[in-house]
Order: sequence, then C-alpha cells, then structure tokens
Amino acid sequence: MVQLTINGKTHEVDADPDTPLLWVIREQVGLTGTKFGCGIAQCGACTVHLDGVATRSCVMPLSAVTADQKIVTIEGLSPDSSHPVQKAWAALDVPQCGYCQSGQIMAAVALLQSNPNPTDDDINTEMSNICRCGTYNRIRAAIKMAAGDTGEATRG
Amino acid sequence: MTTMLKTSRRGFLAGSAAAAGGFMLGFHVPFTAAEAAEATTGAAVPELNAWVVVKPDDTVVIRIARVEMGQGTLTGLAQLVAEELDCDWSRVTTEYPTPGQNVARNRVWGNFQTAGSRGIRDSQDYVRKGGAAAKQMLIQAAANEWKVQASECSVDKGVISHAASGKTTTYGKVAMAAAQLQPPTDIQLKDPKDWKIAGKPLPRLDTAEKLNGAQVYSIDMKLPGMLNAAVRECPVFGGKVKSFDAKAVESMPGVRQVVAVGDTAVAVVADTWWRAKTALDVLPVEWDEGPNAGLSSEQIAATLKEGLDATEAFVGNQAGDIKASLGKSGIKKVEAVYSYPYQHHVTMEPMNATALFTADKCEVWTATQNAEAALATASTAAGLPIPQCEVYRLHLGGGFGRRSSSHDYVRHAVLIAKQMPGTPVKLIWSREEDMLHGRYHPITQCKLTGALDADGNLDGLHMRISGQSILANINPQGLQNGKDPATFQGLNPTGTEGVLGYTVPNLLIDHAMRNPPVPPGFWRGVNNNQNAIYLECFVDELAHAAGKDPLEFRRKLLVNHPKHLAVLNAVAEKAGWGTPAPEGVYRGLSQHMGYGSYVAACAEVSVSDSGDLKIHRIVAATDCGHAVNPQQIAAQVEGSFVYGLTALLYGEITLKDGRVQQENFDTYQMMRMDQMPAVETIVLPSGGFWGGVGEPTIFVAAPAVLNAIFAATGKRIRSVPLANADLRKA
Repeated sequence: MVQLTINGKTHEVDADPDTPLLWVIREQVGLTGTKFGCGIAQCGACTVHLDGVATRSCVMPLSAVTADQKIVTIEGLSPDSSHPVQKAWAALDVPQCGYCQSGQIMAAVALLQSNPNPTDDDINTEMSNICRCGTYNRIRAAIKMAAGDTGEATRG
Repeated sequence: MTTMLKTSRRGFLAGSAAAAGGFMLGFHVPFTAAEAAEATTGAAVPELNAWVVVKPDDTVVIRIARVEMGQGTLTGLAQLVAEELDCDWSRVTTEYPTPGQNVARNRVWGNFQTAGSRGIRDSQDYVRKGGAAAKQMLIQAAANEWKVQASECSVDKGVISHAASGKTTTYGKVAMAAAQLQPPTDIQLKDPKDWKIAGKPLPRLDTAEKLNGAQVYSIDMKLPGMLNAAVRECPVFGGKVKSFDAKAVESMPGVRQVVAVGDTAVAVVADTWWRAKTALDVLPVEWDEGPNAGLSSEQIAATLKEGLDATEAFVGNQAGDIKASLGKSGIKKVEAVYSYPYQHHVTMEPMNATALFTADKCEVWTATQNAEAALATASTAAGLPIPQCEVYRLHLGGGFGRRSSSHDYVRHAVLIAKQMPGTPVKLIWSREEDMLHGRYHPITQCKLTGALDADGNLDGLHMRISGQSILANINPQGLQNGKDPATFQGLNPTGTEGVLGYTVPNLLIDHAMRNPPVPPGFWRGVNNNQNAIYLECFVDELAHAAGKDPLEFRRKLLVNHPKHLAVLNAVAEKAGWGTPAPEGVYRGLSQHMGYGSYVAACAEVSVSDSGDLKIHRIVAATDCGHAVNPQQIAAQVEGSFVYGLTALLYGEITLKDGRVQQENFDTYQMMRMDQMPAVETIVLPSGGFWGGVGEPTIFVAAPAVLNAIFAATGKRIRSVPLANADLRKA
C-alpha cells in the first residue's frame, strides 16, 4: 500500500509502483475528472498539480510520488467551481466537448500561480495542452480575465 | 507559492462524496432499461409529449435525440423547444432518450444520428412543434381548471395567467392534467423575429460540469463489479489473429482473462485498465496480415494518379461542352493537380465502451453520434435481437464523425463481455490503437483544367476528382448506380445542401472512384474539405492567370448566387480587402457552400524568410439561415478552424507495410495555442432556410490560408499538409 495526498485527503492505494499517477487517480482513487488522452505526456489532458506544479500524470509513475507531496486534481481546485479560473471559464463558456478542459484549467491555474499577469507569449509558451474542439481563443481570453480578477487567480 | 483551498476540508470532502454518489446514481444516465423506461414513459412523470416533461416543481425536462459532442446542439435544441414552450429557461434540464426506447415507441424521436451538421437543421421543425404543442396543452389544462377559454389565457416563463379573473398557475401545477389531454393538431410556430430564448447568445447548459470534473464521459463509466479491457487489433487492415499465447500473461497482476475478439483482435481483461494494457503490451501475438500486408502510401498515390486521366468517371455537375471550350482558339489553358491525404479524427477521448452481457440481454454504455447504429452493432455482436439490447448514451469527448462512421469499439466491447456473462467490462482503446484503427478522411487527388478567354473570363472548367468514396465502404446501398453523390459536396448544380456558386458556361466535374483498402469515414466537413481547397485555390490560380483581382474574379462568377456572394463580400469588407495589410502580411480569400450554409473566409498570413508561416487573423462569415445561438456559432467557427488548419498544417496519415505509421501525438502533430489566429466571426442569418453550423466554416479556412501563402510567397502549395512544403519565397 502506498499513501498519497490528493485534494487534501490521504488515500491508501494498492497499485504496482510503475503505474502512472493518472491511472491511480482514475482507477484506484476514483476521481475521473483527470483524463487520459495519449499516455506519452503530449496532450496534457491528464494535468494535475504536484506541489503546485502542473504535471502530466500519465507518465508520472506512482513510485516517484511521495505521501508528503500535495496532489491537486480538477475536483480539488475549489469546492464549488469558485476558483477565478473556473469562473472565467464559465463566464466565457470556454468548453465545447470539455474533455481536455480539466487539464487546460489545471495548466492555466499553475501558469497564473507562477505568473499572475501572463502576456500572450507567456500563454503561448505555457499552455501547450491540445484541444481538438478548438477552444484556444476562449482559453486565452479566460486566462486574461482570471488574471484580472484581483489576483485571486494565484490561489491554488 | 502554492496555497491550499480556502474552503474547509470538510466542505470539500462532503461535496466530493456527493459527487461520487451522484455518479453512481447516474447523472441523468439511466442504468437499466426499466429505469430508463420509467424515466421516459412512466406514469409518474408528467410527459406532455416525447420532447417535454414538466415536473411538479416546474422543472422542464427537454428530451434531446441528437447528441452533444461539444458542438452546442444540446443547448440549441433546448432553446428551440423552450422558445415555443415559453417556459422559464432557468428551469430547463435535458435528458437523452435511449435508442431502445425510440424503437419501442415507433421512433417518436426521429433520427438520433448527429452528423452532417444536421443536429438542429434537420430536427428544428418537430422539436419546436413539440414545445408549441406542450404549451397549448398546459394552457388548456389551466383553462379547464378555471372553466375559461384557453384563448383568454397568457403565458410568461411558465406562469399561466387569466387576466379577467386575475388567476395564475404554473406549468408544474397543471402538467399532470395537461399530460392527459389530446395533443393539438393545429400547431403554429413563432416567427423567428419574435424569439426571446432562441436566437440569443445564451450560455451553454453543459458548461458547469465541465469545469470541475463532474461531467461523466463514456471513459469514466463505472459499474459494480466492472472489469477493464485493453484490445489489440491486427495492425494491417484486413488482417487476422493467427495465434496468441495467453499463458504468457495470465499470471500477471490483475489479469482475469485473455480473449479473442472476433478473428481480428485479442483483448486482456483485468481488474484495472492499466493492468490490462500492461499485460497486453507483452502478450505474444502472431498475425495473419492478409492481402494488404504490402500496402504503402506510394501505391495508393499511384492508383489515384491513374484516375486523374481515366476515361470513365461519374459525373457530378455538367454544363455546356468542356471539350469544345478547351479546344477553342485563343483560350488560355491553366492546369493544376492537387492532393489531399488521409486524416485521423483524433478525438481527445479515445474510443471506448462498457458492455454487460447476460443470456437474454446486452447493455452498452458509450459515446456515440448515432445510438441507433450503436444499438444495431451491439445486437449483431451479442447475437440477440434489438429488443433485448440497449445503448445508454454518455457524453462524448469529441466526435467529429468518428463516432458515427463505425461502432467497431462497441462491437469489441460486446464481443469481450459476451465471453464473461454477468460481468460488466469497460473497453478502452489506447491512443495507439485508436490511431491505427481510425476511420480516415478519404484520400483524393484532383486535376483542374481551366479555359480563360481573351478577356480573362472563365469559359470552361474541368475538375476531375480521383479517389476514395466513403459510401462505397460504409453504406454501399447509398450509391446511385455506382456513383457516390457525397463526393461532389459543395459542387452540385442544384439542391439545398451544397451548390456550386460559380456559373461557368462549359463545366465538367467528375469522379474516378478509386478505393484503397483503408477504411474511410466521415471527418468533420467530409468531402467539402478537399473540394473547397481544390476549387478555391484553383479559382485563385485562374484569377492570377487572368490578371484579375481574386475578389473581383469570384464576384463575376458568383453573379447568379447572391447568398454565396454576400458572405464573400462580408469577409472582404471586414478584412479590408483592397486596402493595405500590415507590412509583411498577405491576404487570401475563399468561399463555399455546404450542409445548407454559405461560408467565406479571408485569411491574413506572413511567411518569414526561413519559410515559417504565421496565420495572424481569419475573418469568417456564415449564413446559416437562422442563428439559434450566435455565441455558440462563433465558438464553432473558431473550433472548425483549429480542426481544418491542423489538417492543413500537419495532417497526414501514411501507410507502410500495410500499417498506419502515425501512432500518437508525437508523430501526428496537432495545432496548439501558439498557432491559433485571431478569428472574427460574422453571422449573417438571412432567414428562410436552416443551414448547419458545426462544419461549414471548416471548408474555407485552409484554401484562404493557402491563397494567402501564394500572395506572400508566390508559391502554390497544392498538396496537404504544409509540413511537407518549403514555404520560402519562390
């Protein structure tokens, strides 16, 4: 059994050490908001925060995560979708199919934590998650809206 | 600096637990046929008609037969019903009926298929009538209770009033009585100019759950006792499994069973999907690769090239005498050959389905664009008649045509579950499996020959398409004496679907059908994608050969088609065609008609000395007749450009040794944020018809960019994708 701290709660999980964190979160812990897209850290659908850093969980083996590291998934971002990034996403009706949006939101939150007022170039560099529906322009606008939201967006 | 949630941990955990509980209870997804039947037909629910249920608490449940996959149809259809119903929009929820219920109720919900940008345009009439009929019944029920004439009553947001007596009631209070009334036969629909809910840029109904992980996609399905399966199909199309060594993996952690899936695939079933995949990765399998083992992209290209000059071809559009035109003295002949490769859909959510098989029943939970087709697939795979099968629709992580072209993933899941009766099995394709077993955008080439007269007018045009037919593979009975009419999308002489806008005195558009053994599918925009590139880039070539401005050249040819012309003029004006662009920036135009809508685009690009392309801005116009939700139309325009431009920039599936060579995003690139141009959408609903929205603008993005690249570099790129081209100035 391995201990993980996910969204502030301790979980005991029984999984092989090389199991990617993504599948531990989805299949052992049962939080399915974090998505499987490629399995090779290319698309970003599986993005979670590991001690505040946006991390592609599909290539992060369970053995590389320790119990004292804080994992935050989309379900743990806020209890009521009140995080400024979530609010901006709602205000601009960003999602289409929505499958990539958990990862997009987690990547955006991490970006704003490290860079509260990102430029277009910063957004281009840091937001490399794939969206096949093509919501990029609304994502960009929502990040800027969240950045302008009295600095609240920097909260984790 | 990372800070944790401000809210109390207890509050969060309670919410999380509630969400998990809600998940198991269904999130509007009926888990059994009995529950589903009760939900849609049970007497406990006041159903006004197939489309509208009003609950005692005034909640309005609007049934949605078409499926939401990101394109906004769920919200748009609900707007149309709510508009006619005059209910309180803030009390609207939605529900999917199942295909089994549709069969049992004599297809009361009509067609479930969600493809061809048909979600709204092909169902708007009957869903609006459903809303209007329900409204009449609710008013009549109130009038009956008050013993007054229904015509004396009025409705505002679900509150019925009788002015003379001052009485009011709500839809919820009279719904049960209304549900007992005979449905009206005389149903009047509102004039769209009077719309209050439809036609407005309302927020989507399905956004909230996409922001917090609560949205349940097919891949998120959980059932008690469920096992997970990973599958591998012969990587060569048409190949089979020769043998596999189950013993080699049976003792691996979590593995429960190794099963054959028909004669073409093998699957590992385990307690978790990761363990199933891990075992599958090392499962020894021998393939019988069959007759296509040597297939290559070069062979396919050669087959298509031969078709460009073949004597026999199906005619799609014809006028005058093209041979005579090309033979006239004094004409200037212009010729070019274009090509468009195989493309993969690459939905973000890979194909998956959950199946539960027992001796007398087969149930499937999945993401599908055509649940009735999924039901038929499940029935065949299960060997059970349709009344003993059911498909429950879960949210799609993208469709784009993949989930209507084939339900091979449903077939897989049922064939696996059939070998484990009583145990629900969730099958997920890995990204690699998904890439290798797509339903690819068909491959074509096109030779275009134009005849310009001495004044630079287009006297003749021959457009010879050579390549693959989707219908010949997926729906051969849809062929017309061998011809695939869908090949000519956007090039038709007449009709309401996709008419050629240009009037050319001598015209021939024909198709030499060549069908390589690679399974084709409907890919967002379908044949309009290449047809628009072929024609719009070649018209641009003709304009330059004639020494004319590409806008003026098109305007003259569009004289008989004012709607085509109107969208073109709209983008030209907004983009500033004819005025100087920013330094180093060049413009390109295109227009097309498809899925009943008229679309045009003007792209602005720059190309660096080293050949790097930047797409700065695209102005796009669409006339879809009626605009049900303008902000979602804008979202679809932007999204369609990402899909179309990804194909233009990178999209190419190639074959070697009978296998698809691109297996994941590392070898099949996607357009990302940094390449996204600014998009300015002009919605020009001219009224009087209903056109599609999800696809049409995709057609014009690529040709507009290609024409702008020519303006910037003097180079005609006639082969997709641009990744293969050298864009340095000629």
